[in-house]
Amino acid sequence: MTVSRRRVRAITRKELHEYRRNAAVVLAMAILPLVFLIQPLIQVFTLPPSAATALRHEHALLYMLAVPVLVPAVLAAYAVVGERLQGTLEPVIATPISREELLLGKALAAFIPSIAVAYGVFALFVAIVEIFAQPVVASAFIRGPELLAQLLFTPPLAAWSIWVGIAVSARASDPRTAGQLALLLSLPTVAITTLVAFGVVPATLPTALVLGAVLLLLDLLGWRAASAVVDRERLVTDAT
Amino acid sequence: MAGLGAPALSVRHLSKRFGDQIAFDDVCFEVELGEVFGFLGPNGAGKTTTVRTLGTLLAPTSGSATVAGLPLTPDNSAQIRRRIAIMPESPGLYLRLSVLENLRCFADLYEIPDPAGRIEHALRAVNLAGRAQDVCGALSKGMRQRVALARALLADPQVLFLDEPTSGLDPVAAREVHALIDGLRRRGVTVFLTTHRLQEAERQCDRVAILNTTLRMIGRPGELRERLFGRTLTVRTAGSLDDPGRVFAGLPGVRGWRPEGTAGYVVEVSEPEMAAPAVTRALVAAGADVLSISRTRHSLEDVYLELIDQDEPGSPT
Repeated sequence: MTVSRRRVRAITRKELHEYRRNAAVVLAMAILPLVFLIQPLIQVFTLPPSAATALRHEHALLYMLAVPVLVPAVLAAYAVVGERLQGTLEPVIATPISREELLLGKALAAFIPSIAVAYGVFALFVAIVEIFAQPVVASAFIRGPELLAQLLFTPPLAAWSIWVGIAVSARASDPRTAGQLALLLSLPTVAITTLVAFGVVPATLPTALVLGAVLLLLDLLGWRAASAVVDRERLVTDAT
Repeated sequence: MAGLGAPALSVRHLSKRFGDQIAFDDVCFEVELGEVFGFLGPNGAGKTTTVRTLGTLLAPTSGSATVAGLPLTPDNSAQIRRRIAIMPESPGLYLRLSVLENLRCFADLYEIPDPAGRIEHALRAVNLAGRAQDVCGALSKGMRQRVALARALLADPQVLFLDEPTSGLDPVAAREVHALIDGLRRRGVTVFLTTHRLQEAERQCDRVAILNTTLRMIGRPGELRERLFGRTLTVRTAGSLDDPGRVFAGLPGVRGWRPEGTAGYVVEVSEPEMAAPAVTRALVAAGADVLSISRTRHSLEDVYLELIDQDEPGSPT
């Protein structure tokens, strides 16, 4: 299978242009992550310095790994069904583009802003805590391993969410159903990161390695599943 | 490239079914290079499905075809799509993007060298050279159709499929699209035009095919008229003839006749030019006041309606 980078880039660029000019998408991408800032910020600013030591045994920051899961799910869920309903998909698949190029282009277009938003929101949180929180609280919250986890787990989590979203989108008949279903199917990963964040699953190096391996495997399976359901015949006939 | 003399499209016993539902069945035709070929049929006749099948978007259930010189097989799909372009009924433009951004995206999908030059050329071909920066959502329906046509022309296709290109357009916008199709004909582009507009087909197409799940007829519009209705003269007299059978019987070249209205007759003839003088003389000899004798004109619409009516359940065949 040879992939044309030019075709992938064409789809990605087109999608990014469309996102930028769609106020609803920009708003959804801005609001959802900000909601995830509220809870940890309240915790940071209401926590007395004396209680900060206890926080060292929690991993509240990992809770923000939900951002790279939820943000791309909505974008990816719209990717195929949205175009199909607008009638813009048929001209695209009538060109020499391969299924893999179409998928990669759309996945990248969801991946790039989602990663930027996830890292951006996280960086904003870290900056607020470092600047405004009590130093004891700040050091309890912001620790090296969690920063590293955030950095490393964000891309594969986003990728999983994107493949799920695209696979759902290719089968769905309307974007709202696709969005809801994609969010629902992405929730298990949010549940796991939340369980780790609140100490139910121990946040240890072996846990991180196992979860990382599982996530990479899921990403591979997700890519295969999305490739299997994005079929020209289905895309054309489902639209009529 | 399709070989010299080879047809642009060659379709042999092609069928497409969706489960038990037949979209089109046992369709055979050829389209020559540079021909404007009309594909007519009622809603649900299988026109769009045929276009999608020949455009490699759907796999045929049975039969075979050659598209732009390549056999229609899964292995050739991408190569066929490089040689053809499809303009679907809905323009399918990205309405938030500008004309230029839309075309740039498709120029990249076709991996066109010198995209800027090709885009400029395509926009000039559809008379939209000054509108490259316009957002597509702000364009009229007719202009969107022209942008879609520019998009289809980007890759310089050997075969261009136009699916209902004037659907929903006002007469002025439709006329612009007709002019563009005329321009394509002059440039030697093979055009496969599906349409509901029979006048459009009659005016624009070298040959037409009428599809109603199966192919009902194919040929030049004039040939179809003759094949379906034969050659006839329409006779108008001031009053009805006492014994029209005796007047028309035995005249050279006259095969039969039938009354039309109170003082009109349709006379089936082998050669209208040869039979008309004999019919006139016979009418005068019978004492009829002849108002007119003319060759009967059937439009493509008459042909179409006759064929489709024959397919209606319960209609006489």
